Amino acid sequence: MFGPLICKPGSSKSNKTGPWRTESRPKFLKKDCIACNMCVLICPESCISGQGKNTYDFDPNYCKGCGNCAAICPKKDIAMVKEEGTQ
Amino acid sequence: MSKTLFAPGHTACAGCGQSMAARLVLDAAGPNTIIVNNTGCLEVFSTKYPESCWEVPFVHSLFENAAAVASGVESAVKYLGKADAINVIAQGGDGGTADIGLQALSGMLERGHNILYVCYDNEAYMNTGVQRSGLTPFDTNTTTSPAGAVSIGNLRPKKPMPEIANAHGIPYVAVASSGFGQDLQRKVKKALSLKGPKYIQVHVPCPLGWRHETNMTIQVAKAAVETGLYPLIEYENGVLSSRRQITPKPVEEYLKLQGRFKHLLNKPEEIKKIQEIADNNIKKYGLKAEAQPA
Repeated sequence: MFGPLICKPGSSKSNKTGPWRTESRPKFLKKDCIACNMCVLICPESCISGQGKNTYDFDPNYCKGCGNCAAICPKKDIAMVKEEGTQ
Repeated sequence: MSKTLFAPGHTACAGCGQSMAARLVLDAAGPNTIIVNNTGCLEVFSTKYPESCWEVPFVHSLFENAAAVASGVESAVKYLGKADAINVIAQGGDGGTADIGLQALSGMLERGHNILYVCYDNEAYMNTGVQRSGLTPFDTNTTTSPAGAVSIGNLRPKKPMPEIANAHGIPYVAVASSGFGQDLQRKVKKALSLKGPKYIQVHVPCPLGWRHETNMTIQVAKAAVETGLYPLIEYENGVLSSRRQITPKPVEEYLKLQGRFKHLLNKPEEIKKIQEIADNNIKKYGLKAEAQPA
């Protein structure tokens, strides 16, 4: 038999990568959002979700704070703010 | 959580272009897909034992044989009579595709298996610590082609993998970029609608190896396309059928964003050589956008 086998699909969800954020986290301002879906499309962690304007948000359990969502947002409706608990 | 087949919790670096592209490819392919992966960053970060972030069947064997294993998977699927219902995707990094896995890939293309091969091109062996590969561009600073007093970085030009794949006479070859996600997904869907072996090469920035900030992944990927250094092209049945037209920017716009080219910025003669590579691409593929009539 081949090994090692992983039988449960998507089981990496138990691995919370949120504490990887060292400096900043995204803040979804929810003011000028046009629901273009670009942040969902490019998030390397697939941790952004939303349905319709001003509803998008990220999952702090997995976000590594790379900042690509803030960089791609055409309306500048995502800001990178200092991570809580850092100096 | 948005519906995706590439679950969060994988251990890629923050800002990884490869994890962006892998999710876009898989979501475009849909749930009826079997993935066969070469060894490389993608395999390592997505399947940290005992976890997997893939929500589809995933096979990893060795560094060089994703194309060969996928050939077997495709033959089995055909035998079971499910060839129309199941997509087989073989994928790997640039080292696993252009250097170590080239003979397995060439065999797969030559035998005409109905498989999509996706090469995630981050332009060096990033997983083991940024060693140069066949797809590392000219003058790049890597740990095995270090720039210094004697050397200027990688001495060899990038291997023309899309042309090598195209020379096998396969129905579809495309080059995409993680900076153009919708274009990438369109190309994956188009490839999967065709029968026979298909090859897609995706340019995926690596913040670690390319030494740029994590939030610049998209900007760097777009700059590579807009300077003409990474032409987005499509070959159908051997004929160049489409290309993304650009208003060419000088190559410095791309080089200055990355630490791996930092040593070039005060060497205009080297930048000239890289500009020549871009100019050749622009000429060869006709990338320059026609002037809009006033």
